Amino acid sequence: MTFDDIIKYVESKAAGKSSTIEGKEVILVSPDNWSEVSTLLKNESELDFDYLMCISSYDKGDNKTYGAAYNFYSLIKQHYLEVRVETEDGTAIPSVTSLWQTADWHEREAFDMMGIIFEGHPNLKRILLSEDWEGYPLRKDYKEPDYYHGMPVPKDKTYWD
Amino acid sequence: MTSILDSLVKSFSSFNLDIAVILPIVTIIGGTVIFLIMAVNALVAVYFERKISAFMQDRLGPMEVGIFGFKGGKKFWGGIGQTLADAIKLLVKEDILPNNADKFLMILAPFIIFTGAFLTFIGVPFAQNIVISDFNIGIFYIFAMSSIGVIGVILAGWSSNNKWSLYGSMRAAAQIISYEIPIGLSLLLVVLVTGSLHLGDIVQWQADHRWFIFHSPFTFLAFFIFYISTIAETNRTPFDIPEAESELVAGWMTEYSGFRWALFFLSEYANMLIVSIVASIVFLGGWLSPLQIFNIFPDSWLILDGPAMGLFWILFKAVILIFIMMWIRWTFPRLRVDQLMYLCWKIFIPFALVNLLFVSLWELIF
Amino acid sequence: MEEQAIDKSVLETGEMILNMGPQHPSTHGVLRLKIHTDGEIVSKIEPVIGYLHRCFEKHCEKLSYEQIVPFVDRCDYLASMHMDHAFAITVEKLLDIEIPERVEYIRVIIAELQRIASHLVALGTFGLDVGAITPFTWAIRDRERVLDLFEALCGARLLYNYIWPGGVSHDLPPKFVERTLEFLDYFDPQMDEFNNLLSNNKIFIERTADVGVLPAEVGINFGVTGPSLRGSGVNFDLRKNEPYSIYDKLDFDVPLGKGTMGTIGDTWDRYYVRVLEMRESAKIIRQACAQLPDGDVHEAIPKKIRPAVGEVYGRYESARGDVGFYIISNGKNIPLRVKMRSPAFSNLAVLSEIAEGWMISDVIAILGSLDIVLGEIDR
Repeated sequence: MTFDDIIKYVESKAAGKSSTIEGKEVILVSPDNWSEVSTLLKNESELDFDYLMCISSYDKGDNKTYGAAYNFYSLIKQHYLEVRVETEDGTAIPSVTSLWQTADWHEREAFDMMGIIFEGHPNLKRILLSEDWEGYPLRKDYKEPDYYHGMPVPKDKTYWD
Repeated sequence: MTSILDSLVKSFSSFNLDIAVILPIVTIIGGTVIFLIMAVNALVAVYFERKISAFMQDRLGPMEVGIFGFKGGKKFWGGIGQTLADAIKLLVKEDILPNNADKFLMILAPFIIFTGAFLTFIGVPFAQNIVISDFNIGIFYIFAMSSIGVIGVILAGWSSNNKWSLYGSMRAAAQIISYEIPIGLSLLLVVLVTGSLHLGDIVQWQADHRWFIFHSPFTFLAFFIFYISTIAETNRTPFDIPEAESELVAGWMTEYSGFRWALFFLSEYANMLIVSIVASIVFLGGWLSPLQIFNIFPDSWLILDGPAMGLFWILFKAVILIFIMMWIRWTFPRLRVDQLMYLCWKIFIPFALVNLLFVSLWELIF
Repeated sequence: MEEQAIDKSVLETGEMILNMGPQHPSTHGVLRLKIHTDGEIVSKIEPVIGYLHRCFEKHCEKLSYEQIVPFVDRCDYLASMHMDHAFAITVEKLLDIEIPERVEYIRVIIAELQRIASHLVALGTFGLDVGAITPFTWAIRDRERVLDLFEALCGARLLYNYIWPGGVSHDLPPKFVERTLEFLDYFDPQMDEFNNLLSNNKIFIERTADVGVLPAEVGINFGVTGPSLRGSGVNFDLRKNEPYSIYDKLDFDVPLGKGTMGTIGDTWDRYYVRVLEMRESAKIIRQACAQLPDGDVHEAIPKKIRPAVGEVYGRYESARGDVGFYIISNGKNIPLRVKMRSPAFSNLAVLSEIAEGWMISDVIAILGSLDIVLGEIDR
């Protein structure tokens, strides 16, 4: 199915729960509607998105909105979809771990790097950084701590700018 | 057969010394000889293992360290002094004992293993008259003394205060104890046919009749069961799960370094030599030359049959068996613990028992 | 007579928590496995990663697109050409440029050679994990030849910085095609020797058949891709199903696991799929070398990469699975966000699912068959 067919189908099954962005082939879903839409994407035999490829967290740059981009693919129907869920800082996004187990580690990474909280995740703790690290590195306004366990964190970045 | 100790005692008593003085001297001489045998065997065996494994893996092995005028570098004997250099390095290494380890047991363990191998050498003959002490329960003594090593393995793994060492030593204990049974049953076959535990009598029987391996199809099978079980006894691949390098770092030897590790190593290669010599004595005719099997050689070749060549033949057969052990090590992957145990208890032991039955029948019939 | 109550709690066996730590001969990098065992049987495994985290994605927010290419290499250091290629096709999708034919053919030849090299390391180290040391040295010896070809091509043996967005950095050196074909003629009988030693060895089969079975649905749900998923019988290869570059012009098969030695999806299947894939790669290289056109490799490389505002998700079939790059651009020559979806990340997550109930030796075998590289997991 092409993108337009997919968006028409989703609208017919869950009206008003999703929206599109002008000029992009992306579906935008708010956190409140996300559990319903994700169940739709997985279970409907017309859509059949059984393979969640990647969850990328991004920062819109205005220090307020963070989002997660989900890339789906269906091995059976061979079509592709990108879904974005954007949220304010502090609001949680429902987790999709129960539908796609691959989200387990991807959501942990999104939490670790960007600080997006996923509600309903069985084990939401840091995965790449050590458990007691403070701050969320991939945010645009991130500042490194001065010391970590007594070791100074280097500040001089002239060698790569 | 006379033994070295007996002959030494006789020659010393011609000096009119008190027997209480002679015995310690003779014992010390005997002990030194055994230690020298073990040390030289380890040096040579390790060098050969490294070269053989290298050639099998399409590389060259040690090439740099020369000795006594054999310079290192291009020729294939280049690394001949490597083992000696390694031995010296191990002796001067720092002695590390982990903090929380049980120090007494950790120091004791390598000595127990070494003692097991050492004591076994006392009964192992190298030729008709070259044996440290002539036991009339030869095979039984060797079999018993080689079981002492298990205690050392268990102590080594337990005292290291390391979960991985514990795994290694538990596996090793189970493996060594289990595989002693097929070894014993296969040796029992030989004792059954000859009617004597004395190693000299066994070789004499083979000289009078024929080598044991050709005695009946059952002893042929018993040889293979014996050989494979001894590979398991000495913890070589494919049965090297206790010291499995890729899983347990070094298994029960992980926390040992320097001289203590050298003792373990020495004992492993000494064990290999012992079991190969025992296999060649019991099944392959010991110090008899293979030429006597076939009567087609001219008489002038019979000089190879004499007693002076006994040492050469026994070592020749033992070296071939050691080479096959090394060959197997570098070819096969290792068995998992439960598969190892399955092999012993469900395949080897039933076959060995059935063997025993059939050989007794064979003896009755033929 | 009074019966003494036996304190049964003293006789119970407890669970042991074992740490297959970051430093270990078999964990293919700095991976920590927390294993709860009951004797030798594993009841729970928890992989802990992050020991090799080098902040790749944070670096990308300060580097221009050309400068990111060497960083991408270092993510999966055993198959860096694949990483380069994946990043290049993603950026080209973003820029929407045409690549000359010669560049596409060179890229395919290089990518398939890299696949052979990466699979050789995977198979060799898998043999090493299981205890067979000789196949490892033979595999490395053959890999040296591939690395010699790469060294002649771009000067580097492991981390190449060769495939740039828009083209490649150098044209093929003289006689490269002849040397490649020579290598392939040498390589084919080596595979048979390797098979005789390892794949058809009874002890190896006993160690790996029926061990760590990965059912196809569990695999897809966990996002497993690449040879690990094809070992379970799922016929999905990005080069066939969503062809990029010139793969639709080349003729090759996709090897699948069939359960020849045990259950479908067991460790032996995953291992053997890689062996067969090397043969397929050799086929592809021969076809590509025969069809190689002439041209200029530098003509499509943009002077300055400054894509329009937008985002793109590019997919690529690397040696380990499905590599994805999600790039958000805001019109500058520095990307806003680069996210790399590494195949080994999801492949490793499935370990806790399929290794339960097996012994410690089997955990090592299963981990070896999943073929992970910590560099791309941790980035």
